[in-house]
Amino acid sequence: MCSVCGCSEGETTIEHSHEHEHHHGKHSHTHDYGSGAAHAHAPGLSQARMVQIEQDILAKNNQYASGNRDYFSKHGILALNMVSSPGSGKTSLLTETIALLKDQLDISVIEGDQQTTHDADRIRATGVKALQINTGKGCHLDAHQIGHALENLKPATESIVFIENVGNLVCPASFDLGEAHKVAILSVTEGEDKPLKYPDMFYAADLMILNKIDLLPYVDFDVEQCIQYAKQVNPRIKILQLSAKSGAGIESWVQWLNASRAMQLVDYARTI
Amino acid sequence: MHEMSLCESVLDILEQQAREQNYCKVTKVWLEIGALSSVEADAMRFCFDAVMQGSLADKARLEIITVQGRAWCLQCNKNVLIEQRYDVCPACGGFQLQVNDGEQMRIKELEVE
Repeated sequence: MCSVCGCSEGETTIEHSHEHEHHHGKHSHTHDYGSGAAHAHAPGLSQARMVQIEQDILAKNNQYASGNRDYFSKHGILALNMVSSPGSGKTSLLTETIALLKDQLDISVIEGDQQTTHDADRIRATGVKALQINTGKGCHLDAHQIGHALENLKPATESIVFIENVGNLVCPASFDLGEAHKVAILSVTEGEDKPLKYPDMFYAADLMILNKIDLLPYVDFDVEQCIQYAKQVNPRIKILQLSAKSGAGIESWVQWLNASRAMQLVDYARTI
Repeated sequence: MHEMSLCESVLDILEQQAREQNYCKVTKVWLEIGALSSVEADAMRFCFDAVMQGSLADKARLEIITVQGRAWCLQCNKNVLIEQRYDVCPACGGFQLQVNDGEQMRIKELEVE
């Protein structure tokens, strides 16, 4: 039973660190709205009335996101929402990053996929904590799922939490998870015009990582053009080029992580 | 297809408001959707009918009010209309645009019984 909300969200399953499995049942809608005058039909009189609502559709997600953000800030945790299309190398980048940094700091990972625990298994093989969220038919992670994942994962104070979103350049753009930054990963085996084709995602991201640069000699990928497209969509975006496989350029990624972590810890120092 | 989850959020809000505003049936829903909001109006309509089925908003009509994208051009020092995130300023051709309207996804108004 959820302590936050007593929720139910379609086919979502979140791995638990303890024994019982927590299956969210099918969403059910109750229709008990008390007894009004609504069913007393008087001929010639319409009971229709207008209700002004002015509510943001994502208000609920944003509320959970702000709860997550408070949690991260209270614990000095840097949370990064890693977004990309499937196969851009998110998980490989994470396993390489973990191998480089795990002796210096605590890292944990929340993995989002429609099905399987393959990615969480790959992360756990590196020796850090990972938790898989299977979204079922869902195409993105939402802030509510992350809140529950944090209850189970219990990331260490002053650590980094990587949230590997479902491989999808569309839907995750709209859902704030409470992260410090969205990091969009684009590999050179994709088209250089991805930032234009999926502008919402590159607009929402603070950093774009151009991955698999070891393959540049073998593919038709115009790096300069890609950077120009990304800047066109989002003039503030920072861009790094690296290969998770060969390790080229990975030091600038580590520098970016350390700088972002330092910023998060400035906030943390203020609250303790 | 995040429009499906957006419609589920709409239904949540309708159900919650039903308790607060004391209605039991929703016959029409007005959504304000910004041109830059990453919502496809047709997908939204499709999902809306599916999600509302069997709920208090079963067969409710969906009206989508589209809001144009607007941005402040830092070079021109004025508001300009844009259709896409990657549009350049129609006046000066620059990229230094700060979007200030057209990103919303809001429930504006309901017709209820």
